[in-house]
Amino acid sequence: MELTVLVIKSLVILAVFGITLLIATYSTYAERKVAAFLQDRIGPNRAGPFGLLQPIADAGKMFFKEDFIPAQANKWLFILGPCLAMLTALMSSAVIPFGDSIRYGSFEVPVQGIDVNVGVLYVFGVVSLGVYGVMIGGWASNNKFSLLGAIRAASQNISYEVALGLSIIAILMMTGSLSLRHIVNEQNGFFQWNVFTQPLGFVIFLTCAFAECNRTPFDLPECETELVGGYHTEYSSMKLGFYLFAEYINMFTSSAIISTLYFGGFQYPFMHQVHDALVDSLGSTVGHNIATGIGTAVLFGKIFFFIFFFMWVRWTIPRFRFDQLMNLGWKTLIPLSILNVVLTGAGLLFDKFKYATWLIVIVMIIMAATNAIKAPRRKPVTVPQL
Amino acid sequence: MTLAERMYLPAILGGLGITIRHFFMKKPTIQYPEVKRYLGPIFRGHHVLKRDEQGRERCTACGLCAVACPAEAISMVAAERKKGEEALYREEKYAAVYEINMLRCIFCGLCEEACPKQAVYLRHDRMVPVFTERDQVIYGKDRLVEKLDDRYIRNNPDAQATPTEPTLSRSVG
Amino acid sequence: MNQFNTFLASFKNLTTAGYLFYGLGLITLISAISVVTAKNPIHSVLALIFTFFCLTGHYMLLNAQFLAIVNIIVYAGAIMVLFLFAIMFLNLKEEDEEAKTNVTKMAAVIVGGVLMVLLLSIFNYAPVGTYNPASFDAKTGLVERLGIVLYSDYILPFELASILFLVAMVGAVMLGKREAGDPHF
Ligand code: SF4
Ligand code: SF4
Repeated sequence: MELTVLVIKSLVILAVFGITLLIATYSTYAERKVAAFLQDRIGPNRAGPFGLLQPIADAGKMFFKEDFIPAQANKWLFILGPCLAMLTALMSSAVIPFGDSIRYGSFEVPVQGIDVNVGVLYVFGVVSLGVYGVMIGGWASNNKFSLLGAIRAASQNISYEVALGLSIIAILMMTGSLSLRHIVNEQNGFFQWNVFTQPLGFVIFLTCAFAECNRTPFDLPECETELVGGYHTEYSSMKLGFYLFAEYINMFTSSAIISTLYFGGFQYPFMHQVHDALVDSLGSTVGHNIATGIGTAVLFGKIFFFIFFFMWVRWTIPRFRFDQLMNLGWKTLIPLSILNVVLTGAGLLFDKFKYATWLIVIVMIIMAATNAIKAPRRKPVTVPQL
Repeated sequence: MTLAERMYLPAILGGLGITIRHFFMKKPTIQYPEVKRYLGPIFRGHHVLKRDEQGRERCTACGLCAVACPAEAISMVAAERKKGEEALYREEKYAAVYEINMLRCIFCGLCEEACPKQAVYLRHDRMVPVFTERDQVIYGKDRLVEKLDDRYIRNNPDAQATPTEPTLSRSVG
Repeated sequence: MNQFNTFLASFKNLTTAGYLFYGLGLITLISAISVVTAKNPIHSVLALIFTFFCLTGHYMLLNAQFLAIVNIIVYAGAIMVLFLFAIMFLNLKEEDEEAKTNVTKMAAVIVGGVLMVLLLSIFNYAPVGTYNPASFDAKTGLVERLGIVLYSDYILPFELASILFLVAMVGAVMLGKREAGDPHF
């Protein structure tokens, strides 16, 4: 019965694909709604009830715009750019474990696209390829501003990838595996979640995820004031739509990965008790599947929270300047993440103690507090009389 | 900057707190086409050519409003009152044609101020509806002259109506 | 000729992986050749990136997942981006021919030819690794094995390589450091 497994597997993959697209579509709507609510507005509410058809209207608009390719642009690369952006954005959700497993007869199919044992690295590799869509698009536009935007995007992504990777390494050291499913299973129990064992790593990872998604406060590749628009200045119609859409897919994927790596994925407190109770009352197949469903729902709850968080931050924090961005990446996050790795390793060697990195947090808080106390009171600024 | 300030995080958390408070605040938005607010007793809306108490048109086609109009939106053709028309027109000369081009009009109200006969007013309770066709733009006497069953009183305390639905005022015209 | 016939004969009873290998190999060769022949340097770099992807595919076929992904991350994801970076900034155009004098062309041909001869002779004499399907361990290429080998048998070269990187990094920092009189950008 290999075929049944294959069918279920492909159904899971299709579902993952579809859900990714659906969530990304509605993220565009949610973004506008959240932005509106944070700014005391109401947001789109005309297309359909509560404006729920707005994404479709947007897509329709995008499709009917003139699809323009500049005369001096490199035609094929110009088309390839957004395709690559979309492709790489869609690829990474394949390895995320969305749930435990589905039992079907005597088979057990994990709710996951593919369970490679280098899952983290796979995600990392796909993310590092995301630059190409931007770079190729920016270069092929044959426009100085697009090129500058593309270069900015690429250098930002490369810089923050380093800190991103280093902050994951601490988790890998604790888990001893590169498989995302393994990492999730390792976090059973609320205080085993990696946010609690790796608070600093989490903050670094989150920051880098923002930078990798080109979201505010790191949305420097797009900029009207200096770059006329960014790497997609020359793009129009659905090619532009692809670029923008890829951003939302990336946001979904990074939310999923943050939830998986740091918030226990589909784990929730008292999961085993719930699972056992369900299995006892409904039988080992139905009960198990329902328990899996609950876990998946919990994971999606976490993902939605992080998508909301991405938007919340976007409409709160102004962007960094580019040199500030580079300083933050290279001079703050990378040293901190190296320190994080070293301390985690020390803690693990010393009696498998997982909470060692709290030391950094505590030291930083104490330092900040003493520093703030010792700092000279600032005089209120007086405006000189003219 | 102190270290705490340079760590950004406390400030970021503070900012997030502020924005999330706004998330749950009541929104001041007015859902415009469905909900309209009262725009005040001196709002300058739809033009109306007044009739006097006996229902006679007050306008005497003196042209002062057309002269005063900065947008040159008003044009008229004067005519002499015939015998037997005293019940229709108050003065001996009246406007046989009186047109306002609503695309030109800027609702400044200068016509109202210029009129020596208190004949033209800008209603405070009714807007000029949105038009989509060319022939809806020029308002003739049929749409400007006050209807006897729909008199406009400026200082009516009950007239605190919101500007009416565009479709409604179109049916008036 | 005889060899070729046996090759053709063996082609018929290949496994799926075998067909994949030959297909992938063909694509790899084509893209690698187009790296050299492409007129536009950007196209050349893109072809090189594609070649790296094909190599990743080969690693996958060998069940060396870790190497496959690291190949993507390091080569395709980082180094080639820097290549693209540099080339985009230099803005080399197709008509930019002044670097290619006859002397350089000759030198390139000679160097390339010598390299090819070298590689061929090495390939001819070197013992080609064989494997025994019965005792072959499919987990050889996985990251756990790799880590154990890297940190036991090859610890010295590994650490030396990391020191080399450290030195290179320090050197780069020294080069990039702003001196007293340098202008601020
Ligand atoms: S309101 Fe102003 S612009 Fe309009 S008709 Fe009267 S004078 Fe002219
Ligand atoms: S509306 Fe008044 S100002 Fe205008 S023509 Fe009539 S009487 Fe004269």
